Amino acid sequence: MKKTAFAALALAFAASGALAQDVVRMGSEGAYPPYNFINDATGELDGYERELGDELCRRAELNCEWVINDWDTIIPNLVSGNYDTIMAGMSITEARQEVIAFTQNYLLPEPSAFIALAGTDESVRDTGVIAAQSNTIQAGMVAEGDGDLLEFPTPDETISALRNGEADAVLADKAFLAPYVADSNGELVFLGDDVLLGGGIGVGVRQSDDALRETLDRVIADMKADGSLNAMIEKWFGADHPQF
Amino acid sequence: MFSFCTDPSVLPDWQWFACYFTNATHFQFYRAFGVVIVLLAVTAPVALAVGMLGAMALRSRIWPLNWLGKGYVNIVRGVPDLVFFLFVPIALGQGIEWVMHHIQCPDWDQPIRQGNDFIVCRDAKVPPLNSARWVYDLYAFAMAVTAFALVFGAFVANTLHGAMQAVPKAQVEAAEAYGMTRAQAFRRIVLPQMWVYAIPGLSNIWQILVKATPLLFLLGIQDIVYWARELGGQKTSLFTYPHDDWRMWYFLALLCFYLFLTWVSEFAFGRLNERLSRGQATAAGERQRKAAA
Repeated sequence: MKKTAFAALALAFAASGALAQDVVRMGSEGAYPPYNFINDATGELDGYERELGDELCRRAELNCEWVINDWDTIIPNLVSGNYDTIMAGMSITEARQEVIAFTQNYLLPEPSAFIALAGTDESVRDTGVIAAQSNTIQAGMVAEGDGDLLEFPTPDETISALRNGEADAVLADKAFLAPYVADSNGELVFLGDDVLLGGGIGVGVRQSDDALRETLDRVIADMKADGSLNAMIEKWFGADHPQF
Repeated sequence: MFSFCTDPSVLPDWQWFACYFTNATHFQFYRAFGVVIVLLAVTAPVALAVGMLGAMALRSRIWPLNWLGKGYVNIVRGVPDLVFFLFVPIALGQGIEWVMHHIQCPDWDQPIRQGNDFIVCRDAKVPPLNSARWVYDLYAFAMAVTAFALVFGAFVANTLHGAMQAVPKAQVEAAEAYGMTRAQAFRRIVLPQMWVYAIPGLSNIWQILVKATPLLFLLGIQDIVYWARELGGQKTSLFTYPHDDWRMWYFLALLCFYLFLTWVSEFAFGRLNERLSRGQATAAGERQRKAAA
């Protein structure tokens, strides 16, 4: 009896994807500080998106669990149902929206920046070899320009490529690059002005998963309204970062 | 780990390293070595079993079985491992869920493929919804073993098939002269004697299997190469243990690990070969006879 009732309930709700009491599996990359990274003291996923995701789940009364997945297969695994959301610093772009749906953004379109070794001429931005992580909006931008694109599966490999001379510059989110520049004692510098790419960063969900998208959308809107989202942005990205 | 690890930024070098190598991410790294060893220990016998079935299919006189064997061996050997490993977890995972869906929810009226999405009913999810994390891990591991066993089974099948052919025909004829059936001759004469011909090929496949374990990360398992890359990459001051790009050292450690593993297996295969050559009509068997005499 209990089982039939449960099955009936399941049938009634399953079309809408994840149920409130189901564990929501949250996919992330874990290699993109300060957005998401593996905390080396605890071994757990940490970062802005971890804290935000946990808070979203708490407010929406969802039971959430984090899953770490390689960046290059992060979308295929979402659509085939291995997890239910992507929070991995993923910018909302038209190309991605053809495959998955996004909630409203939880970070504004933020500056991407070029970094290079100190003393590099600014012209390499247009004509040099630019390293970027594959399948990112930055890689897309370089591919469309005149410069040569050098792609890497993880973001920190782009920095190594710059250091050992394989690339003339790296293009990535400025917030990711800033600590590398700050820690380098002048070896690395920002090259020229920032560029604005994409439509901000949102939570990626399956296109058929309207219920989950609406729930997360509502909670993100709440957090924007009460200022808690801005406080979190300031904590992880500093006071200069664009806020809502 | 150690009591002095609360603030690593003020520690002298040796203490810093003591803390660094015993932090949580390093323990996950060390655990990944165990995962690789367990994977090898489980995959090798499974691949051998798959290969034995394949070899018997190749020998079979029943043509559908023979075609099945030939198809399997040639298709799998012809597809790059990398492609196969990208294909198996998604295709096999969706295939299992598709079958479960038709068993569990025959009344379902929605399409399984909705645009890009693959949607099955709640009861058809594998692993079941709300499973503990270790169930997901085990599932991913089983998927990895399946993928490896399918790929390497094809190579093993070909090797074993060749080894069975290499058993001298006179032996089989003698068995038949004693009145053994084809199956009896295979079981009593061919099977025990073929190993000595199979060992060089099998040891090759084993070494390739050992070297193929970094493909694990494609299957969603954080293996030693993933951790070496993750731990070795430059850590900015955002981390508890900031450091420069140390990937070279981590990869050097992996290199030593893999060399050690292949050295041990080379040694083991050498011993095995010696044991199997005993009393065989091969050059090695002949040498043993002469040495004993």
